Amino acid sequence: MIEQDWIWGFAGGVLIGLGGAVYLLVNGRIMGASGILGGLVDGSELSTKWERLAFIAGTILAPVVLYPLYREVDTHITGNVAVVIVAGLLVGIGTRLANGCTSGHGVCGMSRLSLRGIAATVFYILAGGMTIVLFRHVLGVI
Amino acid sequence: MRPLFGFIAGALFGAGLFISGMTDTAKVQGWLDVFGDWDPTLAFVMGGAILPMAVAWAVARGRKPALGGRFPTPPEPRVGRNLIVGSVLFGAGWGLAGLCPGPSLASLSYGGAMHWVFVAAMIAGMIAAVPIRARMPATT
Repeated sequence: MIEQDWIWGFAGGVLIGLGGAVYLLVNGRIMGASGILGGLVDGSELSTKWERLAFIAGTILAPVVLYPLYREVDTHITGNVAVVIVAGLLVGIGTRLANGCTSGHGVCGMSRLSLRGIAATVFYILAGGMTIVLFRHVLGVI
Repeated sequence: MRPLFGFIAGALFGAGLFISGMTDTAKVQGWLDVFGDWDPTLAFVMGGAILPMAVAWAVARGRKPALGGRFPTPPEPRVGRNLIVGSVLFGAGWGLAGLCPGPSLASLSYGGAMHWVFVAAMIAGMIAAVPIRARMPATT
């Protein structure tokens, strides 16, 4: 039932926001997944590498603990490897150029009414929506 | 202490992404699919996340982080070309695969090989962005 999905969505959202609150109030940093990972892989933020690595470890490991509690979890990812590679490249380049993604600009930026956070969110949602129209409804590839 | 609380924050983030269904690419693409079978779940996730985060920003005002240092500077008011171009590219990739950086990490343990391919390509993209970032600062 879809309404139950909304409740789990909201509850999960609160956990995401609490994660962001801990990272801000304790570590003094904005919880943005692309920035935390990007600063590591491009070597630009290695002075804070341990808290970044620990954050990423927590993000990967929490679902490992929760996974057995669920009967089936399907991520429904496409089997088209070319689409996955192009999508990954676009997400990597785009989030670093924009200095943020759904967590940094969306959750952390919009919650402090940052104009850049709001603008980024509007543009990535519009681009995502148009991508779905083009590649799903017009071309039928995803 | 910083890595410990980094881990706790990351675990809350990963748990939230998992139980909210945001590691399910069909739900994310369903939210973007306004002209198809629209799925509003993502709006509830975003709303749920913004509430505690807004409280955190209010608490941060006039204080210092618990482990020292400084809070981030106030938001930069300029919406530059990089922000718009980057967000459009990111949004296109997000729509194509239904994954953004956080959920791509949270789903690595159970999503299968395609999720590793996605994260590898995303990291390659992040490295490819370095020379472009060097030429165009984020706020221009």
